[in-house]
Amino acid sequence: MAPTGATLLLGGRCSSLEPVRVELLYWPGCPSHEKALAELRSAMSELGHDPGTIVVRELTTDADAEREHFVGSPTVRVAGVDIDPASAADHPVGLACRVYRRRDGRFAPTPDPADLRDALARAVTDAGTPHEPSELAAGRA
Amino acid sequence: MAVVGDTAPTFALPDTERNVHEPGDAPATVVIFTCNHCPYALAWHERTVALARDYAEQGVRVLAINPNDSERYPRDAPEQMRARVENGEFDGVPYLHDESQEIARAYDAKTTPDVFVLDSELTLRYRGAPDGDYEDPSQNATFVRDALDAVLDGREPELAETPPVGCSIKWK
Repeated sequence: MAPTGATLLLGGRCSSLEPVRVELLYWPGCPSHEKALAELRSAMSELGHDPGTIVVRELTTDADAEREHFVGSPTVRVAGVDIDPASAADHPVGLACRVYRRRDGRFAPTPDPADLRDALARAVTDAGTPHEPSELAAGRA
Repeated sequence: MAVVGDTAPTFALPDTERNVHEPGDAPATVVIFTCNHCPYALAWHERTVALARDYAEQGVRVLAINPNDSERYPRDAPEQMRARVENGEFDGVPYLHDESQEIARAYDAKTTPDVFVLDSELTLRYRGAPDGDYEDPSQNATFVRDALDAVLDGREPELAETPPVGCSIKWK
């Protein structure tokens, strides 16, 4: 059965926790956000999250970028943490397209889908104490 | 504005060593607007350098032009351009700086990258994207290669124009 509400099943284990806040920040001057959003929705669905809960925010001014510490479009944050901290540290704040590296080393305008999945899984693991499925079935989780 | 079939704007722009380059004096010239900070330009970059290498024996010239406002986008500053050249990223391709942005405006360049193929008379024969998918290296800048092959054979390219894909040029 698919997990619902605040209970998420990941890799055969589960955690009882608050829904993870997932944000996609983008600047419309860069054409990559639609692809990034589609891949983020797909990753969330794969991991049992509701993709409808993604908070999508458009930034259009330098002031927006400064306020949000926005280092390029698209930026994905899970539970407030950038999904690619190394890349974030390497970019200045501002309205621009963000450069990502795929796991095979290629440059790309969107995060590697595997990095999205890892960030989502990590956030859930970090947020709650994992329980074995048998504990959930027994109502102990 | 550069229109396929018309004579393309000429220019004289400095590379990272202050040597000045102009299009022409070749059976074909590829002018590519590109930059340092755009992921699309970076994703396609190796394919365009490979193209320059592969067509060098036939006398084709490839000129890369960075037109971006480097005050707002410091990664596109001349010293950052020079660093990439010194790092060997532009082997065989002069990396020119369009500081005034006049050349990008004259070509009506839209994005980085945005590619223009000129024949020996500087007539524009192709403009647009390098190929159909920045994510797929096997596409190998095929739009540009097909256009070059046609120009070198004295034919009209079958595909003369495609929509450019990439980051908007950062105008001042």
